[in-house]
Amino acid sequence: MSPLNIKKGSSSHSAYDLRDPNSPLEETHTLAVLVANESGVLARVIGLFSGRGYNIDSLTVAEVDHEGHRSRITIVTRGTPAVIEQIKAQLARMVPVHDVHDLTAEGPAVQRELALFKVAGKGESRIEALRLAEIFRANVVDSTLESFVFEITGTPEKIDAFGDLMRPLGLREMARTGVAALSRGA
Amino acid sequence: MTKAMTGARMVVQALKDQGVEVIFGYPGGAVLPIYDEIFQQNDIRHILVRHEQGAVHMAEGYARSTGKPGVVLVTSGPGATNAVTGLTDALLDSIPLVVLSGQVPTFMIGTDGFQEADTVGITRPCTKMNWLVKDTEKLSETIHQAFHVATQGRPGPVLIDIPKDVQFATGTYTPREKIKATHYQPKVKGDIDQITRLVEMMETAERPLFYTGGGVINSGPAASQLLREMVEATGFPITSTLMGLGSYPASGKAWLGMLGMHGLYEANLAMHGCDLMINVGARFDDRITGRIKDFSPHSKKAHIDIDPSSINKVIRVDVPIVGDVGHVLEDMLRLWKARGRKVNKEGLAKWWAQINEWRAVNCLDFKNSEKTIKPQYALQRLEALTKGMDRYITTEVGQHQMWAAQFLGFEDPNRWMTSGGLGTMGYGLPASIGVQVAHPDALVINVAGEASWLMNMQEMGTAMQFRTPVKQFILNNERLGMVRQWQELLHGERYSHSWSESLPDFVKLAEAFGCKGIKCSDPKDLDDAIMDMIRYPGPVIFDCLVEKHENCFPMIPSGKPHNEMLLGEDDTQGVIGAKGAVLV
Ligand SMILES: Cc1ncc(C[n+]2csc(CCOP(=O)(O)OP(=O)(O)O)c2C)c(N)n1
Ligand SMILES: [Mg+2]
Repeated sequence: MSPLNIKKGSSSHSAYDLRDPNSPLEETHTLAVLVANESGVLARVIGLFSGRGYNIDSLTVAEVDHEGHRSRITIVTRGTPAVIEQIKAQLARMVPVHDVHDLTAEGPAVQRELALFKVAGKGESRIEALRLAEIFRANVVDSTLESFVFEITGTPEKIDAFGDLMRPLGLREMARTGVAALSRGA
Repeated sequence: MTKAMTGARMVVQALKDQGVEVIFGYPGGAVLPIYDEIFQQNDIRHILVRHEQGAVHMAEGYARSTGKPGVVLVTSGPGATNAVTGLTDALLDSIPLVVLSGQVPTFMIGTDGFQEADTVGITRPCTKMNWLVKDTEKLSETIHQAFHVATQGRPGPVLIDIPKDVQFATGTYTPREKIKATHYQPKVKGDIDQITRLVEMMETAERPLFYTGGGVINSGPAASQLLREMVEATGFPITSTLMGLGSYPASGKAWLGMLGMHGLYEANLAMHGCDLMINVGARFDDRITGRIKDFSPHSKKAHIDIDPSSINKVIRVDVPIVGDVGHVLEDMLRLWKARGRKVNKEGLAKWWAQINEWRAVNCLDFKNSEKTIKPQYALQRLEALTKGMDRYITTEVGQHQMWAAQFLGFEDPNRWMTSGGLGTMGYGLPASIGVQVAHPDALVINVAGEASWLMNMQEMGTAMQFRTPVKQFILNNERLGMVRQWQELLHGERYSHSWSESLPDFVKLAEAFGCKGIKCSDPKDLDDAIMDMIRYPGPVIFDCLVEKHENCFPMIPSGKPHNEMLLGEDDTQGVIGAKGAVLV
């Protein structure tokens, strides 16, 4: 274990890394944070982000180990390399946090998000929506004569793209779960 | 040896198990069962405060002067909210505290019950960790864990919120040694490769400097001892932050004095000019760095800190070492000795010659007066008359605090308690009581400003009740002096609401509390008056009327680098630009 409580070698972006820290370029990183599943822990993690002015682009949380009382929080955040380092260090030092993984830095990871889209329309646009849904492998989970609800899973980019296509075709409402992510390989 | 007992009894039992001797508190409806248990025992002493903020600062004073965690007990709602300033203060200065608060019964939580407040919600950002205990079975374990969290790693305040029904209900008490190990085990040993790199740099550095902070004190007396050994052996100069005073003795040869916004000329210029900066348990606070861009531009920097998030937070360093200061210093010293105790003798000699030139500027020089007491003079006399004594100093916040740091010398750690990170006016009086509770026979002096002192003056009642002979040495300039100084330098001498009007007669106030009041306004009377204060066997309020418009120098204006320091009144014309003015 490195001092940051991140597995050795797992992160090329550790405190010991000497990339240009003053790079003004923002990066997007997906962090997996393993926490004790106790009340108030999520509030503490979110409070860290709001209190110190960090971004949250997406956040998901659920218990992943019932016996061990562990929840996994997946956070997609944005910042300069120095800010990303701070975020990880600040997370890692929190008492109820067991582990922090920077999936973006640790090598290839799979990211998936589930979204529901309600699209209303008739005639041509309705058929077009259905056709595009097929291309995107979206499922129809509800339909009326004037509407569909599509269910789609994929990377955030794929879901963004699907949303962009649906907008002119009568997009009414959309719900997204936020990102779940795991590193590739064993 | 698990036993069934009520939650309230468990609280007292767990505190005893943890070796707690004293708690600072204030009762109310939601903690009555715990107070009932306190009544029925004699092992733990309870100090009844006059305001919950006072309780937390007392616990801070107790903790910082002993190295043990301070314990506080408050009721729900207003009791808990009154503790918030103290919790934040302790968080920023890394002081271990365990605060127990009462809460409305579990079945009433969320109903806006009488004296209900979302205490864990309110205190989440100002505690290292907090817990709402909803089940008596979990209470003792939570308390033991709380002590562990408060004291391990970077110390800090924790809070346990205990609903009243949980205090009444019966459960099994788990003793301290039966608690299962928590995963929270911060690493104390530093990475040996990084330590080796640092030692290599120390061997060749031409202009090395130790920059030490509160972490040395928090690490314990052994860390201060190792630091002294290291400084003596290497002959490197050393400076410290406000929080670290006393870890290296003020009488030591290598001591440059405090650094930072009101730090000494030689200390700040050494920071600016060094080629190897060894940060030991300090955190590159903005009072220290000044303008980041121009901070110590030619140095390699090493940073030893137990909190990984402190490293590379504001200043990028070359050698990061995560670990406990004591452990790391031990390894450093061992390694440096084993490699032949090498230093760059020639470089060091030149470096010291340069430093001695800076020292010759005599930056703390001030124009004394025969007619009025200069605050600096008052502290010089206080220092001279109390030097060899078993002395502890607390302060309030303002100019007097900075002068105390400049003019009083600390020979040992844990002797200096001040609100550094949060800058909490009202800290010093209660803190002095907490210190005196821990060290009943010592001389405990709170160096105060009149405005700060009024913020928690009700605690004189506590001092009287518990016979803590604390000395309140008030440098009364009838001004919010530090605010006035900034208005003079930054806001065109428009003194908006920065004077203290309608001040009480402090001597009469002392009499009203039943303690001794002393007033002094003539420099010729000062020595005798100070001796009167020291000799009096009870609490004293000393109203020391000082020069009203004295400014505190040296000063690095906000937004300026270390080498643009103001040394006195002559330097102050138009120095702080619009950019600096937005900084605090
Ligand atoms: C609780 C709180 N409120 C406001 C301030 C801002 N502040 C910093 S110093 C100061 C003036 C302190 O006056 P005094 O205690 O008389 O000390 P002096 O500077 O005159 O020595 C003020 C208002 C603060 N630090 N803490
Ligand atoms: Mg004043």
